[in-house]
Amino acid sequence: MTRMFAIVEREMRKFFRSPALMMVSMMLPLVQLVVLGNAFGGKIRNAKIGVVDYDHGSQALKIHEAFQSIAVNIRTFTTVDYDNEQQAREDVRTGKIDGAVIIPSQYSRRVLADDSPAIGLVVDNTDQTMSGALEQEMQSLVDALNAPQIQPLVVQSIALKIVELYPYVEYMKYLLSGSVALAMYVAVMIGGGMLYIDDKARGIHEGFLVTPITRLELVLGLNLAGTIKAVLSGITLALIGSLAAGLGVIFHPMIALQLFALIVATSVAFNGMMFLMMVRVEDPLVPRAMFGVLNTLLFFPSGAISPISGFPKWLKAIAICDPFTYAVHGLKAIFLKDGGWVAIRFDLAFLFGFGIVTLLVATPLFKRTL
Amino acid sequence: MTAALKDQAETAAFPPGTIIGVDNIVKRYGDFEAVKGVSFNVGDGEIFGLLGPNGAGKSTLIRMLTTLIPVTAGRAVVAGHDVSKESDAVRRAIGVIPQAMTSDIDLTVEENLTIYAKLYEVPKAHREKNIAELLEAVDLTKWRKAQTKTLSGGMRRRLEIARGLVHGPQIFFLDEPTTGLDPVSRVAVWEMLNRLKERRKLTILITTHYMDEADRLCDRIAIVDHGKLVALDTPLALKATVPGSSVVEVQFEREDAEWQSKLEQLPGVTSVESHANGLYRVLSANGSQTTTQLVELAAREGQVIKGLSVQNTTLDDVFVYYTGRQLRDEQVKAHGFVMPQRPGMQP
Repeated sequence: MTRMFAIVEREMRKFFRSPALMMVSMMLPLVQLVVLGNAFGGKIRNAKIGVVDYDHGSQALKIHEAFQSIAVNIRTFTTVDYDNEQQAREDVRTGKIDGAVIIPSQYSRRVLADDSPAIGLVVDNTDQTMSGALEQEMQSLVDALNAPQIQPLVVQSIALKIVELYPYVEYMKYLLSGSVALAMYVAVMIGGGMLYIDDKARGIHEGFLVTPITRLELVLGLNLAGTIKAVLSGITLALIGSLAAGLGVIFHPMIALQLFALIVATSVAFNGMMFLMMVRVEDPLVPRAMFGVLNTLLFFPSGAISPISGFPKWLKAIAICDPFTYAVHGLKAIFLKDGGWVAIRFDLAFLFGFGIVTLLVATPLFKRTL
Repeated sequence: MTAALKDQAETAAFPPGTIIGVDNIVKRYGDFEAVKGVSFNVGDGEIFGLLGPNGAGKSTLIRMLTTLIPVTAGRAVVAGHDVSKESDAVRRAIGVIPQAMTSDIDLTVEENLTIYAKLYEVPKAHREKNIAELLEAVDLTKWRKAQTKTLSGGMRRRLEIARGLVHGPQIFFLDEPTTGLDPVSRVAVWEMLNRLKERRKLTILITTHYMDEADRLCDRIAIVDHGKLVALDTPLALKATVPGSSVVEVQFEREDAEWQSKLEQLPGVTSVESHANGLYRVLSANGSQTTTQLVELAAREGQVIKGLSVQNTTLDDVFVYYTGRQLRDEQVKAHGFVMPQRPGMQP
C-alpha cells in the first residue's frame, strides 16, 4: 500500500504544482456551458415577417390585429407589408425577412362562406429552428382564428392539459450535467492519459519499474490519482456551473452526497476506460489525437445536448455502452429532478461496474517490463 | 530450501565472490538479436564498465540485468537472485540510474527522493536519515527544497544518483551517467561515485561512451559490439593487448618515398602508415626509443622534421583494435570529421 500511495502522492503533487492543468481541464466544459447554454434553448424574438395582403377584407384585418398583438406581447416577430408575393418570397430567400404570410384574395369571403379559407406561410426551412418557431406561432394564431365566436351547445373539442413536473428548465441548466461529465472526461484525458503517456515517453516509468512496486500497485496508484483529479474537476465544475446556471440544489446535504457519489462513480468509469485505451500506447501523440474523436463519440450520444430518444438505432447503441450516458442521466436526476438515490442507483451501479471491468481488463495488459 | 542454500545454488555456476553473473545471455526482438550470448562475472565491490558504441547492446544488457526487459535465453544472477525468476528480490538489491534523466522536474529534490524511498518501502525512521546523508554526499543539501526543474544538468544527475541509492542497494547500475554533462560536472560525478562506492561498499556496473571515464573509474572493462562481448579485462591489460604501445606521428619537410622503409627498419616499430605532405604514423612497442632513433636518423639523412608527436595507447585504441571502428563514429561523422585510424589497429 505504501508503494501505491507513493504513486498517488507523486501524481497529486504534480497536479497541484500545475494549476494550469486544472484550469485547462475545466475551460472547455465551462465555455461550452456558457456559450451553448445561452445560444440554444432561448425563444425566438423579433423575427421579421412579410405580409402580402391580396384581400384587405374584414377577416384579413383580424390577422393584422393578431400580428400586432404578437409584436407587442410575446414579440416573436414583427411584420413588414409587401405588395406582391414574388418580392416577399425573394426576400425570404435572401434572408432580408425570416418568413412571409400570404393572405389570398377572396380570403374574407371564403371565411364567411365557410369555403375552405387558407392563408399561406413562406419559411426558409434551411433554418429549422426559425421556421419551426414561426410555424408554431402561426399555427396558434390560426387555431385562435378558427375558434367559434359562439360556443356550440355540445363542446366537442378535447383539450390536452400538460402537467410540468418541474419548473421551466433553461437550456443552461439542462446542459450543466453534460458539462460536469465533460470536465471529468477532460481531466481524465489530460491529467491521466496524456500525462501517463508523456511520463512513459520521458522514461519516468522506467524509474518506477526498477523498484519492487507490483503491477497492481502501479495500476491502482495511477488510477486512484486519476480518479481524485477527475473528482476535483467534477466538483469544481458542478459548483461553478450551478452558480452560473442558477441552480441551488447542490447545497442540500443529501443532494450534495448523491452528487459526490455520482462524480466518484463517473471518475472511476472514465479512468478505467482511459487506462484500458492507453495501457499499451507508447506514442505521446496518440492520446492527443484520440481526445477530440472520443469527445465527439462519447459526449454527443450521451443525451447531454439532445435527448437519446431522437437518435437513430446505431447512435442509441453507442449511447447504451457509453459511460457518459449514465453520468449525464444521473447528474440530470440530481440537478433538475431531485429524484433521490432511486433515480441514480442504476447509473451508479453501471459506472462503478464499468470502471471495475475496464480496470480488470487493463491490469493484465499493463506491461511490468519495458 | 533455505534462502542461503538457494543463493548458493543460484550462484553455483559462477566463481566465488561473484555478485553479478551473466551466462550466455541472449535478447531477441523478432529476428533481430540485440544481445548474442554474452557471459561475464562481476566481483563484489568491483566497478565494472560496459563499453560500446550506440546500438552495441549495452543498454539492452543492463536492462535485462535490472529486470526492465525479459531475458530471451541464458541466465543472469544478480546478488544471488535469478533476474527472470526472482525479479523482485533483484530489484530490492539494486539501484538503477537510467540513461534518461527521469527525476520529476515538478517535484523538489527532497520529494523526488522521498517518493522513491516509499517505492522501496524504506521505513520512515530510516528514510529521513538516508535522504539527509545522500543529499550531503551528492552536495545537494542546500537545494533540497528546490524544484528539480531549477537544477543544472550536473545537479540533476547527482540527484538521480542519490535517488538510486535511497534504499541502500548492494549493486548500482548506471547507464551512461555522464552523457550530456560538461567536463567539470563529469569529473565531479566520477569523484562522487568513487566516494560513494567506498563509503557504501557498492558494486557498480556502468555503461559509458567515454573512454577516459571507463579508464579512470573501472576496475574491469567489457567491450560490447554488435551484441557480442569482444574483450574483457582490466584497462591496463586491455591496453597491453594492442600491438605496439605508442604511436609516433612525424612530418618531414621533404616528401621522400624511401622513408617508409627506413622507418619500418627502426627497432620496435611494428607498422608504418604514410600520409600526404610527408606525414607518417609509426606504431611502436617502445615509443621513446623509436622517437630518439627517428630524430637521429633524420639528422643523419639531412631531413628536417616539421612536426613530431608521441601518444601512448589509450582505451580508444583498444576499442578500435577490437571493434574496427571509433566508439562514437556516428557522432563524429555528423560533424563532418572522421578520426583517422591508427596504423595496424585492425585485429
